[in-house]
Amino acid sequence: MATAERRWIGKDVPRLEDPKLLAGRATYTDDVKVAGLLHAAVLRSPHPHARIARIDTSRARALPGVYAVVTGEDAKAMTNPLPAFCAEPVTQYALAVDKVRFVGEAVAAVAAVDRYTAEDAVALIDVQYEPLPVVADPFAAMEPGAAKVHEALPSNLVFEKTLSFGDVAGDFASADRVIRRRLRWHRASAQPLETAGAVCRYDPIAQKMDVWSNTNMINYVGWLLANTLKVPASKLNIFPMYVGGSFGSKHVLGKVIGIAAMLAKACGRPVKFMEDRVDNLLASENLACDRFYDAELAVTRDGIFKSIKVRVVDDYGAYFQFGHGTHGNALAQVTGPYRMASFEYGVQCVLTNKCQQGVFRGAGSDAGNFCLERLVDAAAQELGIDPVEIRRKNFIAPDRFPFKTPCGNIYDSGDYQAVLDRALEMAGYAELRRMQAEARRQGRYVGIGLATAQQRSVYGPTEFWFWYDSPGLTTAPESVGLSLGPTGEFVVTMFSPFWGNSPETVVAQAVGEEFGIDPAQVTVTYEDSQHALPGAGPGGSRMTVMLTGAVVGAARKMKDKLARIAAHQFEAAPEDIVFGDGRATVRGVPDKSMTYAELGLKAYWFKLDLPAGMESGLEARHTYDHPYLTKPSADRTDLGAFYPMMGHGAHIPVVEVEPETGRVRFLRYVAVHDVGTIVNPKSLRGQITGGITQGIGMALYEQSAYGPDGQPLAGSFMDYLLPTAQEVPRFEVGHVETPSPFTEYGVKGGGEGGRMIAPAAIASAVEDALAPLGVRVHEVPLTPERIVQLVEAARR
Amino acid sequence: MPATIPIGLTVNGIRHELHVEPRWLLVDVLRDGLGLTGTHIGCEHGVCGTCTVLLDGQTVRSCLMLAAGADGAQITTVEGLATGDALHPLQAAFRDAQGLQCGFCTPGMLMVAHELLRENPRPSEAEVREAIAANLCRCTGYQGIVDAVLLAAGSGRAGAAR
Repeated sequence: MATAERRWIGKDVPRLEDPKLLAGRATYTDDVKVAGLLHAAVLRSPHPHARIARIDTSRARALPGVYAVVTGEDAKAMTNPLPAFCAEPVTQYALAVDKVRFVGEAVAAVAAVDRYTAEDAVALIDVQYEPLPVVADPFAAMEPGAAKVHEALPSNLVFEKTLSFGDVAGDFASADRVIRRRLRWHRASAQPLETAGAVCRYDPIAQKMDVWSNTNMINYVGWLLANTLKVPASKLNIFPMYVGGSFGSKHVLGKVIGIAAMLAKACGRPVKFMEDRVDNLLASENLACDRFYDAELAVTRDGIFKSIKVRVVDDYGAYFQFGHGTHGNALAQVTGPYRMASFEYGVQCVLTNKCQQGVFRGAGSDAGNFCLERLVDAAAQELGIDPVEIRRKNFIAPDRFPFKTPCGNIYDSGDYQAVLDRALEMAGYAELRRMQAEARRQGRYVGIGLATAQQRSVYGPTEFWFWYDSPGLTTAPESVGLSLGPTGEFVVTMFSPFWGNSPETVVAQAVGEEFGIDPAQVTVTYEDSQHALPGAGPGGSRMTVMLTGAVVGAARKMKDKLARIAAHQFEAAPEDIVFGDGRATVRGVPDKSMTYAELGLKAYWFKLDLPAGMESGLEARHTYDHPYLTKPSADRTDLGAFYPMMGHGAHIPVVEVEPETGRVRFLRYVAVHDVGTIVNPKSLRGQITGGITQGIGMALYEQSAYGPDGQPLAGSFMDYLLPTAQEVPRFEVGHVETPSPFTEYGVKGGGEGGRMIAPAAIASAVEDALAPLGVRVHEVPLTPERIVQLVEAARR
Repeated sequence: MPATIPIGLTVNGIRHELHVEPRWLLVDVLRDGLGLTGTHIGCEHGVCGTCTVLLDGQTVRSCLMLAAGADGAQITTVEGLATGDALHPLQAAFRDAQGLQCGFCTPGMLMVAHELLRENPRPSEAEVREAIAANLCRCTGYQGIVDAVLLAAGSGRAGAAR
């Protein structure tokens, strides 16, 4: 069906989520209150690397109001290690066992009558540390003789692999030129305004653990958490909460849940542990990748890209929670929107005495885009080709889809020329260049950036195992329950939480579309993990595709039953029943029609009017599996389709840089995205402007920096700088819609593109602004200090 | 237990007599003591503005203020904005312009916008940005919030094309 014929998909439907959020009536984790609730606080390590010689908790335990104190010894006895998505033996508990591996690692936790008392008790815990040599630099960490972060591993180089696809050597040998860049992408942190937390309640008689937490994976890996907490999986119940932002940082939250659960078991009372901001900055699952790239692009003298080689060292910090997952992400789009027949990707994952990496919007593809687009700009400069034209020359043409990349991932659809054209048109590119020339004559440093980059969507789990020889998971489904009550009201049940996105609106729009009713009439609820159907939750830009797919599947089942009821009533054939305008009608016979209320009442309470043998009631449940996932080949020369719903975007930021102060100011910001069929323009625009703002943070301000001694340098919002309304411009957002052939309605995911593309575009703009000084940009964030250093170095 | 201090607070028009420990933060008394969980805690060091409430009509960061220091004050929290089932015009403007996404910073943003519009009923976009720059939002990129405040002020950019 063409977009124009759709009634609700593609419309600016007001979000269903908003009224309760605006009224302050949504229940976030910190708002949960259960009878007997106690509050936890955590003692954290001041050392980057130290043996825990002794912990004396007696003074803390003696404090009135304290119910329990737990340490690493208790963690070892009461819990199993946290879920880890890697094959290597990197063991992590909710509390440090035997030694601490980063500043901020949890050493002990207290449950008390209130948070104030718990904090008092934390101050009374005495820990004797024996400091160990600190490994803060990933290259030093790989040197022979470096202190080991994990003794069970042969070295700090926890994982190393090079994957090669196509004739890389031949393509490089036949190239006219090789463009080389060393690039640096520092670690940022997701920093949702709501920290991570959990309320845990344990019933020792029933062995039942209830968990209220802002974790995402309430049923995807709930069974793994049950193993961690040493409760039967069937007796772990996780309640989905309203979540105050995640951006990838709340996938598992094993540390937070583990601490609250241990304390709940230890004192027999429900316990809440909410991270404070310092906990969240120093020790959560917030941190993004931290990469050193050596990258080479093989080109012809005409500017045709032939092949790319990427070598990357990634500083993982002290644990390996998601393994090399962010490199699997990056592999989805190594060659970007460009035709290239081959590529090589070599990665070294290194453990150091810093907080572990988690996931942050973009999940490693953001850094990959930065790397590729920096190479493309470098190629344009070195070959003397316009940066717009060099991209045009290499784009995959619209008639080449579905397009198979050298590693076997599929790009479902795209029209990259159209996206670029629209962005250039919106920006008034030629006029911008004239304005820039005039500004330069006045001695101003105005730059126009460009990045044309991919935004992979709809996570598939094979990216986790194609690095290894052994197979792993092959599905990441999402489910809904759909019911039509006896009064004709539709209710959708979801099995994954609201994470700051718009899942309620999405499912309501899809129900509206399928049944011809106003989405505002749809009620949306959430179910806890004990009552759940399979779901992997928000992440990897998947929810809009997966939820619309699940709703359409459930609607198909529901319509099948409704058609049989109506057909029975009207002595018609079920295939002649059509749905729309709040009713089911016999095709071409408008007076043979029943409203949903009439159908509902029949289905629930008039069994004898139903076709023989039909169950009463109207409920349909549907599990929608990833619409297009194929297995990697046994020899891993073809990784299969693992991120095939491929969006695209072109960003044109216009900046003015002050070389003396390093200040960057935005004059314009144009962004055009193609994420297939748009479900809700308004909520998509919010995802794009919010994502770009995080990209501005990555490009200019945000860095979870550590000193050479392993001490964190950004332990508050005074040091970790998020953009405010004054640092970001009014964004000009445009769209191109190239539907996916593989999903319902042609939807692709659009949650990450802003942050995945903006850093590359802004780096390009700053470099362009400072081009008269000969500055080259190889590193983000471009803090004022770094810009001044670049300018000074160029002037010397 | 430390000694407590008797205080009186009027919150959203309801008068409360409370006994608070000297160190208790206003935000904890509002949330835990009075059950008004619409006010959220973001950073507890006064940067993010998530916990902003109106105290005698002025915005304050309830994570930086001791409850005892609010003795005798009139406080408005987000729960005090809507009337029955009708959202406050400012809340309605946030909905129309999508000035929110996850909703966590929203109560604080509403309070800041409320104060701004009272003092400057027809702000420019730059003035709105300056006012809300006191608070952090990690979802929206601020554009929807700016549009919402301008919409509420009747100065209209909120209908801007997509």
